[in-house]
Amino acid sequence: MAEVLLAANAVAKHFGGVKALRDVSLTIRKGEIYGLIGPNGAGKTTFFNCMTGLYVPDGGGFIFDGVPLKADAPHQAAERGLARTFQNIRLFANMTALENVMVGRHVRTQAGVLGAILQNKATKAEEAAIRQRAIDLLHYVRIEDRADDLARNLSYGDQRRLEIARALATDPKLLCLDEPAAGMNATETEGLRELIEGIRADGTTILLIEHDVKLVMGLCDRVAVLDYGALVIEDVPAIVQKDQRVIEAYLGA
Amino acid sequence: MNKWLNPRSALGIALITVALVALPFVAAMGGQAWVRIINFAILYVFLALGLNIVVGFAGLLDLGYIAFYAVGAYVYALLASPHFGLHLPFWVILPIGAAVACVFGVLLGSPTLKLRGDYLAIVTLGFGEIVRIFMNNLNAPVNITNGAQGITLIDPVAIGSFKFSGTTQVLGYALSGPQKYYFLLLALAILIIVINLRLQNSRIGRAWQAIREDEIAAKAVGINTRNVKLLAFAMGASFGGVAGGIFSAMQGFVSPESFSLIESIMILAMVVLGGMGHIPGVILGAVLLTVLPEVLRYGVGPLQMAMFGKMLIDPESLRMLVFGLALVLVMRFKPAGLWPSPERKRELTGEA
Repeated sequence: MAEVLLAANAVAKHFGGVKALRDVSLTIRKGEIYGLIGPNGAGKTTFFNCMTGLYVPDGGGFIFDGVPLKADAPHQAAERGLARTFQNIRLFANMTALENVMVGRHVRTQAGVLGAILQNKATKAEEAAIRQRAIDLLHYVRIEDRADDLARNLSYGDQRRLEIARALATDPKLLCLDEPAAGMNATETEGLRELIEGIRADGTTILLIEHDVKLVMGLCDRVAVLDYGALVIEDVPAIVQKDQRVIEAYLGA
Repeated sequence: MNKWLNPRSALGIALITVALVALPFVAAMGGQAWVRIINFAILYVFLALGLNIVVGFAGLLDLGYIAFYAVGAYVYALLASPHFGLHLPFWVILPIGAAVACVFGVLLGSPTLKLRGDYLAIVTLGFGEIVRIFMNNLNAPVNITNGAQGITLIDPVAIGSFKFSGTTQVLGYALSGPQKYYFLLLALAILIIVINLRLQNSRIGRAWQAIREDEIAAKAVGINTRNVKLLAFAMGASFGGVAGGIFSAMQGFVSPESFSLIESIMILAMVVLGGMGHIPGVILGAVLLTVLPEVLRYGVGPLQMAMFGKMLIDPESLRMLVFGLALVLVMRFKPAGLWPSPERKRELTGEA
């Protein structure tokens, strides 16, 4: 069995009386594409937010790459190698596509105020490397011709791609995509599938939240289903698809 | 570096240099008061550029910025006046002033990290007032700031035996005090502008912009928003501290009333009116808002006499009326500022 990259241990989160997550435990292995599905309001995004440090879980925690993840420290999660995209795209709208990706390099670079002011050799070299890496990533997600356009002026599909490029710029070990195919047409979804498979082939583990069951079942190695904040099942797609509880959760019991 | 060799930009730079060198001598023809006004305009350029880091780059609304100016001014005043009998040279005090202001910047920044927009504005406003009130009352039980009377007889800037106050003969030409300060201020202004430009186009500058655009996304890509925001406060504050120190030396006198809320608002108006986040715009805003009230002060009276043959409205009231109206009109017709950055313009006008 492949090495475990991320283990969630009995993660719980409630908002007032609403239990958004009830002791969810799951494991993501290195190199796989892992799907997290469930009906609306099942707690998928809450799980994401707890994992990436935007929410503090009320119970349980995460072990990432053998070391516990600190709660309430999103920038440290990114530093550890956890990158994410957002369900409702959150780009830096008034920065160019290239600048968006360059910001993604922040966590892997060092230049400070003094370096910026003095423009010493190391800073200049680093800046050039940031730019080059950002251009390469725009090529990678195939939106290099939009490099100098403001993020807000990109098409919806391109914005999704740009968000992925920005996440990849942080050199993640685990890339978490929150409904990347939402609002995409069939062609765009097909392009996205290829992109995700390519990212995995290049060695990044992927966690995918998605509504498009067809995409998830075709793409993922293993799938977990959440319903009312609780884990229903975690297994390979063929088994998950036939599970009675999953069918009920989706069709309504 | 090629752009420096381009004959057109070389000519432009040469013309600007000549204009800037000639400016204090031309202004002196209208009296030394005009040279002083220009000096204050440059001082406000420092302040506006400092505030621009906080407001324009990082998007944190700060209504108490004058506090850092006050801190810098008082640091200079206390370390170079008979008040404590200390007379340190200015190149020692200026960095101390910047550092102390920087500490105050962090002091203001740390409790307000989770606040944004209106809420942050209220807290910073309170901070500015607290500093001013402290300056006003720190004369008992131990007399530190000399209270409302302020501190007098502050040493002028001096390099060796070359003093920046009084008239000196330089190359057979009599340079007045304000004219000498002008060149000192100009040199510092160029330095500060270069620092600002370099900061803006750096890793840190991008992180500030990212926070301004979307703080949650900035956190998610690994920006330590706490530190980066504190850095913005600290950098902005140190510019304010430097400006304060020079103000102190130039005036020879500081008192708390120079650091009232209206000053904070004026500096913010310079940033917004010029073009938030755009360095040339901010400079333009600072110069205009310093010089315009003075031009009006000397201009509206004679203008009324010429037009109507008598004084209809008291020039002092009319001056502020025209000034206020000008602000309203600019914001109405140029919401992104007089000289906005290309991105900001698109952001506010919604053009693609």
